[in-house]
Amino acid sequence: MSEFLQQLLNGLSLGAIYALIALGYTMVYGVLRFINFAHSDVFMVGAFLGYYLGRLVPPETLWGGLVVLLAAMLGCALLGIVIERLAYRPLRQAPTLNVLITAIGVSLLLEYSGQVLFGAAPRTFPRLFPVANFELGGLVLSTNQLVVILVAVLLMLGLQFVVYRTKIGTAMRAVSLNPRAAQLVGVNNDVVISFTFGLGSALAAAGGILYALNYPSIDPLMGVMPGLKAFVAAILGGIGHIPGAALGGLLLGTVETFVGGSQWSTYKDAIAFAVLIVILLFRPAGLLGRVAVEKV
Amino acid sequence: MPKPHLAMLLALAAAAGVSFFSPHFDPYHLDVLTGIGINVILAVSLNLVNGHTGQFSLGHAGFMSVGAYLSAGVSVFVAPRLLGDLAAAGAGAQGGVFLLALLVGGLAAALAGLVVGVPSLRLRGDYLALVTLGFGEIIRVVFQNIEVLGGALGLNAIPAYTSIFWVLAFVALTIFTVGCLVNSTYGRGFLATHDDEIAATAVGLNTTHYKIVAFVVGAFFAGLAGGLYGHFKLTITPTGFDFTKSIEIVVMVILGGMGNTLGVVLAAILLTVLPELLRPVAEFRMIIYSLLLVLLMLLRPQGLFNFRPRGPAGLRKSGP
Repeated sequence: MSEFLQQLLNGLSLGAIYALIALGYTMVYGVLRFINFAHSDVFMVGAFLGYYLGRLVPPETLWGGLVVLLAAMLGCALLGIVIERLAYRPLRQAPTLNVLITAIGVSLLLEYSGQVLFGAAPRTFPRLFPVANFELGGLVLSTNQLVVILVAVLLMLGLQFVVYRTKIGTAMRAVSLNPRAAQLVGVNNDVVISFTFGLGSALAAAGGILYALNYPSIDPLMGVMPGLKAFVAAILGGIGHIPGAALGGLLLGTVETFVGGSQWSTYKDAIAFAVLIVILLFRPAGLLGRVAVEKV
Repeated sequence: MPKPHLAMLLALAAAAGVSFFSPHFDPYHLDVLTGIGINVILAVSLNLVNGHTGQFSLGHAGFMSVGAYLSAGVSVFVAPRLLGDLAAAGAGAQGGVFLLALLVGGLAAALAGLVVGVPSLRLRGDYLALVTLGFGEIIRVVFQNIEVLGGALGLNAIPAYTSIFWVLAFVALTIFTVGCLVNSTYGRGFLATHDDEIAATAVGLNTTHYKIVAFVVGAFFAGLAGGLYGHFKLTITPTGFDFTKSIEIVVMVILGGMGNTLGVVLAAILLTVLPELLRPVAEFRMIIYSLLLVLLMLLRPQGLFNFRPRGPAGLRKSGP
């Protein structure tokens, strides 16, 4: 039983990270209807920003860790806005496939630039937050897991507030519902889309740092697999659906951790996709999404 | 004789010609040419699915790996057991075994295409892309776990059966088959499925049937290309067929202009040669490659080699 709870805890902390990345995918999909492949590399850049900024602050302090986290989020938000401005905005009227290929191009560009700038060899991520283990009735809870879960929950609540309680959030939802109608009632779509990219990229950066805290070996290709799985999580919850992305991430992280701890551990990487296929075959719009009927 | 058949025969003759003079070529150039041929087969076969039929698949590398592993399995494990030592058996027997191995690889990939296609083709657009990607990754993980086929380390010591003749001959065969299929009366169904699925259903076409046929035929040729690839590189690993490889093929199709066979062939050639040309700037070559990709999409969104103003439909269609 305690092993079950332990795995559940590990799974939830991994799932919280997937959820943070998935939120970025789902928000961008909501406003622009395309898969932002470069998102997983923004996640990588976030981890590397954390690595370099982490040298400037004293290690294992709470304030230092938080400053690095916020600075990396800010940096990646800027990166996301710049990517959207340069690569995606000129293609606003182009077919989705072209935007998809551009996104793949940007993704490759970030990966290979990362390999030239940071080197292809893995690096050890510094200990940003104080490290200690608590025992709770047989359960081992590390401060890193605690940080992951707390930060993820706070960020998701913050996101919920932004999207549902602020003016820009209302505008985001309007653009996602119907871009042209939003424009007609005076929403500046470009600003909203930039903001969405900034917000999503900031969450990806937070995800990157939290991931690196728990798996402290970072390299320029580290984003590929978590990125894919987070995207699966977004689809699982119903793409374009913000609570769905969070739910999908938590679910996927938990399932993956349980499989990783069983005798089928070598199939860990396949399980995310198997879950995806089963869900899509039986609920094509995801767990929380609604099936949209195509009208002629 | 009809024109396509004539072209096919000419291409085969050209393949034999190149093969005859191949000892006089620089081996490096021959290797690049082999790589180009394999990529052309992959791109043209994916073009049938993504371009002509309009079903966005991201799992082509998965089918390629099925073909590569199964055909390598035939020539490494099955053939020596049945026929004894093949190195002594002469070129004829080797050619026969190679053809058999390729056929097994292609059919296995086609079967995989059927298994993947029947459930997933109910989905559309991005969802279909993702499910095919998922299947591709699952196939990779399964191969990683099959110890007989080398597991995560990959399969080594595959006999070097792939020659420039075989590659060029199969390039010709692929282009011929896909071209004839699409330009036939039957093949109009693929284009109709692509242009407007609802309208196609309304005039009585079974679009699911066309999607599955496109998928299975595409997978067959991907498996063939995989077999050629395995007997060319002599060693295959599961990670060599991950989704980066699928994306590479998709990029060739889109760059060439979806549904435009000649364009796709040219794009496959360009994208194989480009990294080779950029070798002198080794460190930066992939950066330049990806930058060029983004710039091409921004500057020539209809595909690099698509000169027809109307083009096969779909390029006119915009996303949402």
